Amino acid sequence: MADEMNDVLQEVTGGEYKYGFYTDIEMDTAPKGLNEDIIRFISAKKNEPEWMLEFRLKAYQKWLTMKEPKWAHIEYPPIDFQDIIYYAAPKQKKELESLDEVDPELLDTFNKLGIPLDEQKALAGVAVDAVIDSVSVKTTFQDTLAEKGIIFCSMSEAIQEHPELVKKYIGTVVPIGDNYYSALNSAVFTDGSFCYIPKGVRCPLELSTYFRINAANTGQFERTLVIADEGSYVSYMEGCTAPQRDENQLHAAVVELIAMEDAEIKYSTVQNWYPGDKEGVGGIYNFVTKRGICKGDRSKISWTQVETGSSVTWKYPSCILLGKDSIGEFYSVAVTNNYQQADTGTKMIHLGEGSRSTIISKGISAGRSQNSYRGLVKVGRKALNSRNFSQCDSLLMGDKCGAHTWPYIKSENKSSIVEHEATTSKISDDQLFYCNQRGIDTEKAIGLIVNGYAREVLNKLPMEFAVEAQKLLAISLEGSVG
Amino acid sequence: METNFSLQSFLVEQYKNNQKTIKEGDSSKLAQMRDKAFEAFAENGFPDKSMDNWRSTDLTKALSHDYKILLQAPPYNPVDSYFKCNIKDFDTFMFTFLNGWYVHKNVPLTVFPDGIIVGSLAHAKKEYPEIVDKYLGTIAKDNNNPMLNLNGAFMQDGAFVYVPEGVQISKPLQIVNIVNTKEDLLIQNRNLIIVEKNAALKLVHCDDSVTTTDTFINSVSEIYVGQNAEVSYYKLENKDSQSLLINSLYVKQENDSRFLSNGITFNSGVTRNTITVNIDGSNCDADVNGLYLVDKQQKVDNYVRINHNKPHSRSSQLYKGIMDDQASGSFTGYVYVEKDAQKTEAYQTNNNIALTDEASVGANPFLEIYADDVKCSHGATIGQLDNEALFYMRQRGICERNSRMLLMYAFAMEVVNKIDIEALHKQTDDMVSRRLRGELSICDMCELHCGDHTELHFEIDMSKI
Repeated sequence: MADEMNDVLQEVTGGEYKYGFYTDIEMDTAPKGLNEDIIRFISAKKNEPEWMLEFRLKAYQKWLTMKEPKWAHIEYPPIDFQDIIYYAAPKQKKELESLDEVDPELLDTFNKLGIPLDEQKALAGVAVDAVIDSVSVKTTFQDTLAEKGIIFCSMSEAIQEHPELVKKYIGTVVPIGDNYYSALNSAVFTDGSFCYIPKGVRCPLELSTYFRINAANTGQFERTLVIADEGSYVSYMEGCTAPQRDENQLHAAVVELIAMEDAEIKYSTVQNWYPGDKEGVGGIYNFVTKRGICKGDRSKISWTQVETGSSVTWKYPSCILLGKDSIGEFYSVAVTNNYQQADTGTKMIHLGEGSRSTIISKGISAGRSQNSYRGLVKVGRKALNSRNFSQCDSLLMGDKCGAHTWPYIKSENKSSIVEHEATTSKISDDQLFYCNQRGIDTEKAIGLIVNGYAREVLNKLPMEFAVEAQKLLAISLEGSVG
Repeated sequence: METNFSLQSFLVEQYKNNQKTIKEGDSSKLAQMRDKAFEAFAENGFPDKSMDNWRSTDLTKALSHDYKILLQAPPYNPVDSYFKCNIKDFDTFMFTFLNGWYVHKNVPLTVFPDGIIVGSLAHAKKEYPEIVDKYLGTIAKDNNNPMLNLNGAFMQDGAFVYVPEGVQISKPLQIVNIVNTKEDLLIQNRNLIIVEKNAALKLVHCDDSVTTTDTFINSVSEIYVGQNAEVSYYKLENKDSQSLLINSLYVKQENDSRFLSNGITFNSGVTRNTITVNIDGSNCDADVNGLYLVDKQQKVDNYVRINHNKPHSRSSQLYKGIMDDQASGSFTGYVYVEKDAQKTEAYQTNNNIALTDEASVGANPFLEIYADDVKCSHGATIGQLDNEALFYMRQRGICERNSRMLLMYAFAMEVVNKIDIEALHKQTDDMVSRRLRGELSICDMCELHCGDHTELHFEIDMSKI
């Protein structure tokens, strides 16, 4: 039994990354390195207004004074920030009018990824903004959305077309100097998605962004801003892939969500950056700052993430629950394999009376990986009658990996209730034996158990993503998932 | 007036000027260790809030306070006149320490007929250098505790307990640290407790104050639990509200050993308890419990770390706290499971009740696990009393005040019931109930010494439940 288990786990580590191809597209890149000139270059390239350049330069100055955070349970060689190309874009000769004009190589890339980029995918009911390397290449369904008054476009476009909205909200949830990587992002971000849902509008489509790092030696720094005005609803999805390369690439994104009174934002991520090979060579460093603020009363922000990629992940999607009776949710499945390292979790900051939050985190570690949950639940003095429930489970597959839980809980009033539960275990021999007895082989049994283990979170994903996430789990733990 | 004073530079100076006195009687190994600890202290100083495991303890005020240190044992002064342990029918071997120094009349070390040695560490290092050298400083090793460096540099006296192989102590041993001074003292004692193979020890360790002054106690204890040995360690803290108490306990467990710890904080200004248990053998049991009942501006920070370095051992942590007024309580429980420590079972529970909107509660239940065949879990809750339970009792005619007290009492009893010395159990039980009624903190000056033994009366007969 033990041998069989080991064989299966061996196969698990045999899972290869399926999105590792590289598309040969003519690229327009900036020289390597980071300085004020590069920032001016990026800003000029994107034809940005003066205030945006100032925002960037301020962030750069702040960044220079900051230190890389060292507290996370991750190890990686020092990053040479001067060895990164901060701007890389597919060369565009003219404005695109229709899909036919998109570089066929590029279309091919997205077809390989299975992204519903072309109009045929209309039935899927998904509006897509695709960001390759640093630049948004195509946003679909803009017209349908415009009818409802919804703005969904690339960040660069938003800066041109809706400067007042961007100026009002950018950097309000994740301030420039929030942390090292958010400061870096604020200085050099090149594109991303922007979304505004007007008052009382229920977004009829699932909005989706696909991020892809294509060029070598580049970092991807995208910035996403989602604003849901009073009484609106939006479901937003995000997916990411990258080609297989021997060197590590940096991805430092910032995502800001703002939910006004009675608004709801559902943000789902399937993160599948290249995780490095079996020996831990290459892969993406995924250092992301994601934060949402429930500004109005009864607003709700829900984060759902399936983390299977990246060689190093450092990511804590958080909610600031400012409004009365606001709700924050965090559902996460993090799978690490081979030499992957993940330090991920959430922060729930209760400031409003009667705010509620739920945290469900499921970690699965295999191979020689390290998987950590790190979270904060803070209930402020004035957040009377708040409620939090957290559950963090870890599943260990193999004796060379690690699973860690670092929750921080702080409460400052008597009427709030905070509960935290965590367990760490492996797939028990009893469970496997039970399945074997009923004619399910060990490999299928592990699949069954892992799927059941993650179900609570997978169920929270929008339909299109749930299917993909399940497939991803299967790829990441290939050979063991049925 | 104290704004420019730096405790760190004062201590560095003191060490440099008084090395000879401090190192008196040191073996060469010990003297070396001391210098190393001093260098580490001079370089790193006191812990501050930027250190993850010192976030809940604020030493800022103390660091500019002008403390005195006693580098030499004070003349003999019997403590009976002002101190009496008020635990009824508590039959123990009692050893008292006054302001950090062992109180004795020419008998610094008591040797029992069965070979147990108890007494002053300052003398033990001269008379039993082979024992002291073998253990002192080998159990308390921790890079994340700067207070250990400070203690390592300045430690002079403290309790020395040696239980030889196969010996079981007949009555509990009680060590009492009393502070009775008009000056603001910085006291740094070091306790060394060695329990050899197949031996057993029950130890009650009390911190008491007689006077109310700004004292700063930085105490370090090392306990060695030999193969198949058993140690029960009880820590009672009942200090005045101005004191600053930093206790660091380090335990090393060998194969098949059992260690039980129960720490109860009734009253203190600022308290920090660090407990680190190194399970260096297989088939060990470690049971670490604590209860903190704090009110007013008291601050308690409990930090428990259990290192499972070997397979097949079990550990459990149970900490409970009730925070009243503006008090703050924090618990950090750390379970570390080493790569090869398979079949480890580690459980951790922390429950807190906040009684007011000014109280703060922190809970950090951490797990760091590198072995796959383990069962580990933790649970932490912060909340108020269960409304349904209250309602149930109210329904049956019990008044609100009584129902609340009954619930709090039941909440605290889970920890108290783990005390297996009857007299101590009864006394703690009684103190908890009085503490819950707020009686203990009414008489600030006398703390525990009011001698009042009226029991808590509930409207219903507790014995029938």
